[in-house]
Amino acid sequence: MSYLIAFLLAIVSGMLMDNVLLSRFYGLCSFIGVGNKLKSAFSMGIAVSFVIILASLICWPLYNFVLVPAGLPFLDTLAYILVIASLVQVVGLFIKKKSPSLYRSLGIYLPLITTNCAVLGVAQANTDQGLSFILSMANALGTSAGFLLVICLFACIRVRLESASTPKALKGIPLALLTAGIMAIAFMGFMGIGQ
Amino acid sequence: MKSDAIRRSEAKESFLSGIIKENPLFVSVLGVCPALAVTRTFEAALGMGFLFMFVLICSNVLISLLKKIIPEEVETPAYIVIIASFVTITKMLTNAFLPELYDSLGVFLSLLVVNCIVLGRAEAFANKNTVLNSFLDAVGNGIGYTIAICAIALLREILGTGMLSFGKVFTFIPEFSLPILKAVDASGDIIYDYSLFIFSNPAGGFLVFGAILGIIAAVSNHKKTKTAAKKRAEVAANKAMEVKA
Repeated sequence: MSYLIAFLLAIVSGMLMDNVLLSRFYGLCSFIGVGNKLKSAFSMGIAVSFVIILASLICWPLYNFVLVPAGLPFLDTLAYILVIASLVQVVGLFIKKKSPSLYRSLGIYLPLITTNCAVLGVAQANTDQGLSFILSMANALGTSAGFLLVICLFACIRVRLESASTPKALKGIPLALLTAGIMAIAFMGFMGIGQ
Repeated sequence: MKSDAIRRSEAKESFLSGIIKENPLFVSVLGVCPALAVTRTFEAALGMGFLFMFVLICSNVLISLLKKIIPEEVETPAYIVIIASFVTITKMLTNAFLPELYDSLGVFLSLLVVNCIVLGRAEAFANKNTVLNSFLDAVGNGIGYTIAICAIALLREILGTGMLSFGKVFTFIPEFSLPILKAVDASGDIIYDYSLFIFSNPAGGFLVFGAILGIIAAVSNHKKTKTAAKKRAEVAANKAMEVKA
């Protein structure tokens, strides 16, 4: 029972209190680059979430059952990035075969996921902090849910910003960053839940 | 064969362009994640800047040396492996000699592997240019990035805590702090405190970075309109001369 509570708590905290984009700053490049289309933001979020979960599923056993017994824990970063790069390739091939329409809509984002810090960051943080397998999966699930939530919310806000009259100097990235700052202040409100 | 003068101007160009004209953070807006995550304190940002520069120089030089050996089809994976090896070396050295810096940077030291600037310079510059120019390009970009994140960190630390602390991360210098917006008397009572807690929080990172980018855009817009107005005036003057003639 206490395991279940810890699992759920880790998911909620990864999603809201310790949000991957707004408080841990992983994966900001894709966050700013994806623009104001809700549909492409959603596709990007789903693709990243999928790779985050799969990468955590593979990297935790890889570290604990292969690298540590072999006496090579310092090779973790190198091993993880190779796992992630090949995972992205495999996922791309799989989607291409099963659903060409989804592949077209994800198209340009797929190769970018390899260099998305959220994927490597979660895998690395899981083993750096010595989390158990269950908790590291909860962390991966919470992080990807948080990524999807914030990237979709942000796309909706940016649609409204497009039609608003804003100062010329702030158009584009500066305004996106200031908006993200205000969103981060709003998300700070969730911090009280954990205690 | 290129003449000496051309070679020298090329070298100068590859060094200088990364510092101001193509500053990786403020102009190209690359490598945003560490720029916001490690800029809570000035010292951590400075440490991150130096480690970033080290990784960038090593990977740029090695990739430039190997540019004829690495086949084109496996370029990106090969670059990632090279960068990851240098990041691992950097991680181990930092952990051994500056454990405080290692702790304060946390997972962002490993995330240098997927830093867009390191991979971007490898793909865009080091695999086409000479070793010397790649080295200079790496130094220029490293200095540009270090200056940029230190500027953000300086603002955030002063606004967020009211003072600048030294010696907490670089333990080889004695610990001291400069009171700027906050003063404490000898008995520890606060005399005045104008610091805003929000700037030490993640939200503050977004706000400071957004404001800096906005100011840069405003200045460059102003310059553009000025040169455009100057050109228009020149054209008008030329026309007037022609009419007179």
